[in-house]
Amino acid sequence: MKVGIVGIGHGRFGRRDDVTVQELAFEPFRDALEDGKLEKKDIDATVIGSSPEYHKQRSISGVIAEYIGMNPQPTWLTEAACASGSAAIRTAYGLIKGGVHDIVAVLGVQKMLELSTPEILALMGRVGDVQWESIFGTTFPGYYALYANRHMYEYGTKPEHLAMVAVKNHEYGAMNPKALFQKAITLEKAMTSEMVAYPLRLYDCCANADGAACVILANEEKARKISDTPIWVEAAATASAPMSVLRRESLTSLPSAVEASRQAYKQARIEPKDVDVADVHDCFTIAEIMAYEDLGFTEKGKGGKFIEEGQSRIGGKVPINVDGGLKSKGHPVGATGVSMTVEMVKQLRGEAGKRQVSGAEIGLTHNVGGIGQYCFVHIYRR
Amino acid sequence: MSFKIFGKVNFTPYTKVSKFAQSLREGKLEGTKCRKCGEVYFPPKADCSKCMSSDMEWRTYGGKGKLVTFTTIYAAPTGFDDMAPYTIGIIDLDEGGRLLAWVDKIPQEDLKIGMDLRAVPQIMEEVEELKVVYVLRR
Repeated sequence: MKVGIVGIGHGRFGRRDDVTVQELAFEPFRDALEDGKLEKKDIDATVIGSSPEYHKQRSISGVIAEYIGMNPQPTWLTEAACASGSAAIRTAYGLIKGGVHDIVAVLGVQKMLELSTPEILALMGRVGDVQWESIFGTTFPGYYALYANRHMYEYGTKPEHLAMVAVKNHEYGAMNPKALFQKAITLEKAMTSEMVAYPLRLYDCCANADGAACVILANEEKARKISDTPIWVEAAATASAPMSVLRRESLTSLPSAVEASRQAYKQARIEPKDVDVADVHDCFTIAEIMAYEDLGFTEKGKGGKFIEEGQSRIGGKVPINVDGGLKSKGHPVGATGVSMTVEMVKQLRGEAGKRQVSGAEIGLTHNVGGIGQYCFVHIYRR
Repeated sequence: MSFKIFGKVNFTPYTKVSKFAQSLREGKLEGTKCRKCGEVYFPPKADCSKCMSSDMEWRTYGGKGKLVTFTTIYAAPTGFDDMAPYTIGIIDLDEGGRLLAWVDKIPQEDLKIGMDLRAVPQIMEEVEELKVVYVLRR
């Protein structure tokens, strides 16, 4: 039995000073119902993907289910840091596949900017292993900077390669009306921006944002009844890796991504070259370069060359992050994996407008949690 | 025994390996070794995730190792803003395991991945309460 996506909704990402977290969740849920021509009574359960430490409201599934009118159906939260949205999708997929529910709505939602700057800075200091690493003031960009320096040392990757990723994703983000930044940038601007964690500069880093996105999944029988163009979940794979960078074999690759993609290609019975379009987790520019390699789009160490040759642009081998990526859309942690999935559904339905990859049949999402302790690789097909 | 003296900012006052902090205060860098399967751990673990034994012994480290990678943090989190920018390095310890710490007294431009460095216990005197860490030096 297959599982299909029959409804999608995507809110505007950015600083949303105008809403609470439940109000933020309402928008894409309503749009996804409308997209699938569904009513609330058709939905058996809601699964919320979110990282709870950013919210003042505790246990947000409760307020969200109430606000969107989804009581008394079951609801709960799944958490896998920045991959919480994909974790929620995989949870819903498993429930449907196992016959527990027929139709499940997944809501990825995150309100990050209601925290004060000191609160954000305190949270930022606890992304790594707090016992052995955070005591030295490590940060998110700091970890990816450690990967970047090692990648540069082993493979000759250059700061220009990093900047090219930023330029590409901003260029595509300018075509996405839901993105936080809808403006192209120059290579020079990226390469002269403020240093955040050597060698990563401001434009190598994605921005925190508020945002929400929704997908509705259904079993094969219902999906065919609801939609003429269901998008099938061909693989929902995931793997973990040591959270501590002190217990990882490689610092130029995310072992969780390598393992999750191996499983995903096996589940979908495809090879990396069969992927027509992908959204990868570009929380930092080096992360996108590592993803090209970890997903097998290019050989290990050739990620810099891949962007330099334009292989991840529309017209290249695999167009990547043509919705702007985290880099340009903004990264509302729990919403990101669902946002990636919404983009794949649009691409595979042929509804992506100016950024459409023509004739796309197979789409892939790569959603990383934290600094690589979790990775979800999902494959979708029309 | 308290672990809360370990680090400029400490998030984990309680751990099975709190002796580590006390030894560091006495100038000793210690890791653990599983008595059952022989696996060595730095950072130390009280429980062996390889064979699931909790029969561990402490081993003293000389602290020598090779630089694996480094970064300099400009945008610092709470508790570290007074010392930014600061350079962090990771070394592969010659005696097994890996360590992340501040690089001390070496300008970033002199750092070369693969170079020899040594982790040295250090008492931080600038803060009111006693705090201990290790730092990376030539």
